[in-house]
Amino acid sequence: MKACGRVFKYGDNVDTDVIIPARYLNSSDPGELAAHCMEDIDKEFIHKVQKGDLIVADKNFGCGSSREHAPIAIKAAGVSCVIAETFARIFYRNAINIGLPIIECPKAAQSIEEGDQVEVDFDSGVITNKTKQETYQGQAFPEFMQKIIAAEGLVNYINNSVTD
Amino acid sequence: MGMTMTQKILAAHAGLDSVSAGQLIEADLDLVLGNDITSPVAIHEMDKMKTKGVFHKDKIALVMDHFVPNKDIKSAQHCKCVREFAAKHEITNYFDVGEMGIEHALLPEQGLVVAGDVIIGADSHTCTYGALGAFSTGVGSTDMAAGMATGKSWFKVPSAIKFQLVGKPSKWVSGKDVILHIIGMIGVDGALYKSMEFVGEGIRHLSMDDRFTIANMAIEAGGKNGIFPVDDLARAYMKEHSKREFTVYEADEDAEYEETYTIDLSQLKPTVAFPHLPENTRTIDEAGEIAIHQVVIGSCTNGRLEDLKTAAEILRGKKVAKGVRCIVIPATQRIYLDAMELGLIRDFIEAGAIVSTPTCGPCLGGYMGILAEGERCVSTTNRNFVGRMGHVDSEIYLASPAVAAASALTGTLSGPKM
Repeated sequence: MKACGRVFKYGDNVDTDVIIPARYLNSSDPGELAAHCMEDIDKEFIHKVQKGDLIVADKNFGCGSSREHAPIAIKAAGVSCVIAETFARIFYRNAINIGLPIIECPKAAQSIEEGDQVEVDFDSGVITNKTKQETYQGQAFPEFMQKIIAAEGLVNYINNSVTD
Repeated sequence: MGMTMTQKILAAHAGLDSVSAGQLIEADLDLVLGNDITSPVAIHEMDKMKTKGVFHKDKIALVMDHFVPNKDIKSAQHCKCVREFAAKHEITNYFDVGEMGIEHALLPEQGLVVAGDVIIGADSHTCTYGALGAFSTGVGSTDMAAGMATGKSWFKVPSAIKFQLVGKPSKWVSGKDVILHIIGMIGVDGALYKSMEFVGEGIRHLSMDDRFTIANMAIEAGGKNGIFPVDDLARAYMKEHSKREFTVYEADEDAEYEETYTIDLSQLKPTVAFPHLPENTRTIDEAGEIAIHQVVIGSCTNGRLEDLKTAAEILRGKKVAKGVRCIVIPATQRIYLDAMELGLIRDFIEAGAIVSTPTCGPCLGGYMGILAEGERCVSTTNRNFVGRMGHVDSEIYLASPAVAAASALTGTLSGPKM
């Protein structure tokens, strides 16, 4: 499995309130949430993002609230992978559970810039910056995690592994 | 090697003699919590599962607290969805308007959480119950759904940071000042993935309400949980509020901590987190002249009776400054009633504050106190991120009830008179 696209780059401590402000949490519809994704940090994001694009950020991405609406909004906006130096723990768990690929890689977070074309190979964990012609070694996705992503979330994955 | 208090609780719930940091375990859950924002997503996930039904109708708590009484049609639909789910599965601990309170004040008050428990909640401030010596942590809606269905959840056993509290805090220094000081010291990811274990003789000077506030904000340092040892005060609280048996776990003497900090409570001053991160702390004497437009006293962090008593002590017989809106929100119906019987509600209203039914409303910019462009708010809540309480160009200053009340009187960020 691979993700490939253009990068939107952010800094430290991107919190779940800017990923999806609470004023939109009266909805849990992925499409409605995606329409406001990153609104309070980058008003242009939702107008520019294309299917397959990536988000790259520095440390503690997804800090704050436990709202699963945050990774849901990012995924529904078409983002194929989030790379960060570190992730806040609840966001990390939520992203995996809903099938949004995320990968911790400090070197990639430091080197990749806004607009770079980047490819992530989930099997090897290798992140390729096509714009800068650099590669960074992230952690490979374990098989079960790739299956969760392929199934688009933990619940489908569990259902698939239950034999009727 | 010895275990921390958190590790002992997790080991016991995983049926293991011992665990160590980094180990992946599956633990039995004593309670699974959700609210009106996170539960609908969890219910939707449960609907997709082949296994139907909940693991235990008494061990799930559903609290309608974020957008109730409902602020609009969509939030009403969300509550309706949870209400119907609770009825269908005969959930014992479903709390709707009239019985509800802000979840993390309500659950301890109702005796639903006690020492030794493992609790997950689809709300990041679920870490509050560490004040009673429980392991509790925030999760997302999918984990909540899996927890409701199976009564189990997987965890990576956390390492820990020890905070050795010594000394006695001065009159206007509260649990809020202690935890803001700590977050200022270690940063918003200073305890990422870790337990924050609070120990030391200084704890005996902290009330239960102080401890709830401290454990509540462990997540603002990135912590997995915050936890206190169980002393006589915690035992008395649980005996008063709960019929449940509880189990007291103590850290081993040779438990391993990644770091240890010693904090002399007697040296702390009222502390404020400036925009836009809880780690941007200054003591009140370094705050400078900040004109404000709104004050919020409430939330799962600081809406308990002691918080209201402190605020009323400062506001009593005085007037909120012209141009400042002061919003007081008792965290539960019980706290509201107690505050009324003590005359605190009269104090607030006569001072020119308003008193609301329990709700999370303004803390997360939901309703009941949204900020306009350029407005500043002193708030006893827990987050001051960009746009958290309203417009992206508004500002939140996180502080104790004493600082919030004092600021309401002056119209500027102010400390209580010493």
